[in-house]
Amino acid sequence: MATIDRAATGKPVAARHEPASLATALRRCAAFLRRNEPHLWTWGGRTAALVPLVALTLTVLVLTLKAWPAIKVNGAHFLVGSDWKPGNTYGATVHTDGVAHPLGSSYGAWPLIAGTLQSSVIAIVIAVPVSVGTAFALTERIPRWLAEILRSAIEILAGVPSVLIGLWGALTLGPLLANDVYPVIADHMPDIPVFSYFRGPTYHGEGLLTSGIVLALMIVPIIASTTRNLFAQVPPLPKEGGEALGMTDWEVGRRITIPWVRSGIIGATMLGLGRALGETIAVAMVSGSLLNTIAPNIYGTMGTIAAALVTQLDSAFTDGTGFEVRTLAELAVVLVGVLLVVNMLGRLIIRRTGHLDAPAGQGY
Amino acid sequence: MIRRTRYVASEAFPRSRRRRAADVAFRVGALAALAIVVAPVVWVMADVVARAIPHWRWSVLVTSTVGTGGGLENAILGTLVLLLGVLVLAGTVGILAGVYLAEFAGLGRSGKPRGRLLRAATEILSGVPSIALGLVGYLALVTGFHWGYSLLAALIVLSVMVIPYIARGTETALRQVPTSYREGAQALGMPAGYALRKVILRTAFPGIVTSLLIALAISGGETAPLLYTAGWFTGTPRASLLHQPIGYLTYPVWTFWDYPSNEAHYLAFDAALILLVIVLVLLVTARVIVNRTQRFAESRRP
Repeated sequence: MATIDRAATGKPVAARHEPASLATALRRCAAFLRRNEPHLWTWGGRTAALVPLVALTLTVLVLTLKAWPAIKVNGAHFLVGSDWKPGNTYGATVHTDGVAHPLGSSYGAWPLIAGTLQSSVIAIVIAVPVSVGTAFALTERIPRWLAEILRSAIEILAGVPSVLIGLWGALTLGPLLANDVYPVIADHMPDIPVFSYFRGPTYHGEGLLTSGIVLALMIVPIIASTTRNLFAQVPPLPKEGGEALGMTDWEVGRRITIPWVRSGIIGATMLGLGRALGETIAVAMVSGSLLNTIAPNIYGTMGTIAAALVTQLDSAFTDGTGFEVRTLAELAVVLVGVLLVVNMLGRLIIRRTGHLDAPAGQGY
Repeated sequence: MIRRTRYVASEAFPRSRRRRAADVAFRVGALAALAIVVAPVVWVMADVVARAIPHWRWSVLVTSTVGTGGGLENAILGTLVLLLGVLVLAGTVGILAGVYLAEFAGLGRSGKPRGRLLRAATEILSGVPSIALGLVGYLALVTGFHWGYSLLAALIVLSVMVIPYIARGTETALRQVPTSYREGAQALGMPAGYALRKVILRTAFPGIVTSLLIALAISGGETAPLLYTAGWFTGTPRASLLHQPIGYLTYPVWTFWDYPSNEAHYLAFDAALILLVIVLVLLVTARVIVNRTQRFAESRRP
């Protein structure tokens, strides 16, 4: 007690005659905190700022360590094979390279990897033009008060839980598209190489194109708000100069605004791609969540890595050797690895275009 | 609504029907894109409401789930408990991290900018999908530490997920505090910590609250990591951090929506509606705070 008192007041203990009560203790505590406040802020902040770094490192470490036996056993087949067989989980356990796994288990995640890439590419193809158009409309063409409201709506879209978007996609959008839209497209597509992918049976609305559309909806807020902010940073003089030369809005947009922030848009697209690749719940609800099928045409049911991670959890528990859980961890390693690269690239590109005072220098 | 371009007679860009048509197509396209984005926002919400309202009964709010029927009291309380926990845990860590990145991580003694690694880690962490974080939570906390499905495991995973948002929001808010405020505080002889508390944080408060609300909305709507860490519990939440699963609103939506019984469907739709209301309240409040403070800010953002 005496030492605390001295630390708190810096005076000799004997000089004070306060009764030892809760109030005194609190007051001394407060005095101590106040005197050391800068240190507390610095050290508290330093510790807290380390949390994301530690969490990121642990995430990669835990996943890799857990997945390591599965990586060894599944080998390259995991990336190119097209089967997802847990094997006989109630039967004999066999050992490969000292790793226990059920007899007959064989994991190839190529359909999941392909499905992830396909659905994300569809989402990007839809979302980028829509986002750029939205950004144009929000920065140039609409009264400010309306633009503010619409911007809020888009930001709210970014916050709507993915399970609700999945519910809407599975119960409302999917059936609507499958009944009224897909058959029309499928019937009118010519039977030539690229377009034939749009022909054939249209299934029930759970599938690749529906997933792509739902994903596009979920990444539009990211791309659109980033692009809008980039557009707002383009200085007005070059645009006004273009207009003074008699360029139309379209020409000003195509030749001045977009070239000015082109790499920023690419960066925003990468961020959106990252979100699309990792989106889980909504895709699990609208894709059909298959494990070993690549969609035969653009309407076909399929699955993605993230969706498999959430739908296969229950079945993974039935594997007594724990090998399926390790395989799921391997799947997560693949996903996280791809996403780290995509996100870092995106942020690098955006940072490089962060300061836009420099002239366009693109020859326009 | 669409401003007509004033065509200026010019040799450089002579008028032509083709250019005019391209311009009109561009404007129509931009407005159509905007409609394509805004319409689904309304559509999704209207759809959730329309599915829940016909079978809505208020008893859902005060009874707990029984199998695939009953009510959602356990899930609502569970979600609120989770939100409160995230507010405390992620709020503390995120705000402190943001304060550090904005105020203390400036230039080191050697003159090199510090905190770049920390900031990069924060940004990259926000790009890791929540399902991967949930899986790590399951592997490390639920089975590794033998915590079982538990409130603490769920809180840690959700917090790790939203800390980047809070840290970033706090940092941005602090950077928007005018330099003159800091200089004034210093000129009055305020100690650094006191100035931070009484002047800088107070000015940045609306921005920080906004980022907290958005972080709460994100964590409240999250499903995948909770499936791995919180499990599911049909009783009211217990005061126990470990070995005690907890209910939450996204679970009935995700699990019951394709069960083969109407009772389960109604429960899923009710949960979706309640979830939507909670998330919307958080998001709209955040939005209102932003608009309010921007109106009085020294310089409006473009």
